Amino acid sequence: MLRLVIRRLLFLALVIWSASTIVFFIPRMSETNAIRERFAELARTGGFSPTDLEKIIESYTKQFGLDRPLWDQYQDYIVSIFKLDFGFSLNRYPMTVTDVIMQAIPWTLSLLLVTTIISFLIGNLLGALSAWPKAPGWVRAFATPFVLLTGVPPVIMGVLLLFFLGFRMKLLPLGGSYSIGVVPDGSWTFMLDVLKHQVLPALSLILGSVGGWVLSMRGMGITIQGEDYVNFAEHKGLGAGAIFRDYYLRNTLLPQATALALALGTVVTSAIVVEGLFGLPGIGQALNNAIRSNDFPVIYGIVLFITGAVATLMVLMEFVYPLLDPRIRNE
Amino acid sequence: MADATMTEVVRPSRLALALRYTKRNKSLAVGLAILFFLIAFTAIGFMVIDPKHAYPLTAAAKKAPSLKYPLGTDFFGRDLLAAMVVGMWQTAAIGLLAGGIGTVIGVVLGFISAYFGGWIDTIIKTVCQILTPIPVLLIQVVVAGTLDKRDVTIFMMALIIVVLSWMGTTLVVRSQVLTMKERQFVAVAKLSGVGSMGIIFKEIMPNLLPFIAAAFVVQVFQAVFASFYLAVLGLGPLREPLLGNIIWSAQGQGAFFNGWWWWPIEPAIAMVLILGSLALINMGLDELANPRVRKSE
Repeated sequence: MLRLVIRRLLFLALVIWSASTIVFFIPRMSETNAIRERFAELARTGGFSPTDLEKIIESYTKQFGLDRPLWDQYQDYIVSIFKLDFGFSLNRYPMTVTDVIMQAIPWTLSLLLVTTIISFLIGNLLGALSAWPKAPGWVRAFATPFVLLTGVPPVIMGVLLLFFLGFRMKLLPLGGSYSIGVVPDGSWTFMLDVLKHQVLPALSLILGSVGGWVLSMRGMGITIQGEDYVNFAEHKGLGAGAIFRDYYLRNTLLPQATALALALGTVVTSAIVVEGLFGLPGIGQALNNAIRSNDFPVIYGIVLFITGAVATLMVLMEFVYPLLDPRIRNE
Repeated sequence: MADATMTEVVRPSRLALALRYTKRNKSLAVGLAILFFLIAFTAIGFMVIDPKHAYPLTAAAKKAPSLKYPLGTDFFGRDLLAAMVVGMWQTAAIGLLAGGIGTVIGVVLGFISAYFGGWIDTIIKTVCQILTPIPVLLIQVVVAGTLDKRDVTIFMMALIIVVLSWMGTTLVVRSQVLTMKERQFVAVAKLSGVGSMGIIFKEIMPNLLPFIAAAFVVQVFQAVFASFYLAVLGLGPLREPLLGNIIWSAQGQGAFFNGWWWWPIEPAIAMVLILGSLALINMGLDELANPRVRKSE
């Protein structure tokens, strides 16, 4: 067990190191200078003289250590990455990139957790029921529209929901984190308002991902139906509920958990893009703002942070498998 | 079957057989039908519209769909019908280009890895395993974000996507070649003195074609998906009317707040059709390549 833990941790370090190295070298291979880009834009809007601009760029280049040998920069960079230090934001200086991320992460995390759990549960239950011959007909009919939604990414689902529920029926707000005019004071009315603004993004993420679970679970359910042990359980006179719970769901738990671990990257990126679409104050909007304002340290920081988080979660999931499957535990 | 000896068996033509097969394989049929519709829309569109109107300041701004502008116009004065036609074509170009290059890289690497084995196999496999947990879109965000947005072209966009999207195909081809390498027909070919190249191209390749076709569709799907996400984040070639770009600019201008509902909704529907048809074709090809899940009429 200890050997496995060490091997997985080494793998994790390798993944984070590769991602960091890619993120370090790509910008340095290109011709564009991040700092020049950022301040040239400021100069266009703010209007200071070109000589001042050159001076500012020079001092910033020194500040960020971009005038030192590449190898020295790389060593410092790798060390700082593992210390979760991504430097300063260009746009919101003196905030560090870590500050920006920490400010945004609670929003993203809560949205992600709620939507992933709901869509995983609904999708798997619907999928299992739709493959189960004893399920009532309306349940099976209910699953079909979700399957048709598999091809629709959450962002597009967001645009469609915005149109129907927000724009046409005026049921839910069109974006932002709370209504204009509401005082953000932590009162019930404010909380309710915030919650109302989360419904559409959450719904688009759930509807955009539930079909995938329905589809894979249904496939697995159909395979399990033909297995001998299910046949045996039926002849033994076990109740339909017991067979469904202990024979169907139990056996699909491990593959579906693996699928969840593999889907994490997609799930997180979808959430980020959806957040950007709805203008929620999470990682998505931080990334959107950073892209719009050429705030390169923030872009790279967010990318590395998410990559590290996804890779860590994937490795952690592997340690959950023995809890789900006794066959792995015995090995 | 028993009647065959008694009466003359009329063999249906290949076309009739293909049509009958689509009756059984509904997802393939519907997927192909949507795809043909999209191709027809784009092809006829190019004859009807002037591609210049897909760019800003060429039409009256913020007009709702009408007879003159069937799909309306946007805030920047683009005719959205023209924009959709050009955007659809560009989306297809990125998808085919990135999907094609990605498939070729994946097939070549997968072949080398599985056929020659040894340390080459170890390196390719390890690189694939390390790159897989990294969310590809985020690395693409870094690449696309680094480039000067005024320089990004459709071709560049495709290259950005290819950089990190060949691993899936590599692993699929690798595992298929590994099993095929051990089959008897390869052993027979080897014993009768066929060289490496002969075995690869004459024995293994033909058997691999259905898998490569399926991998290609998946690659195209992923490329379209990735380019759409990048464009929605404002990282595409901003001048071009890519479908994601249209949604990005519509959201940036608060289209729904201002009542210009047609502006973001049209590219969204187009995207649903494109991705939906690709997903259906992929499901249909799965059924074609894997006879075990084939249904009877």
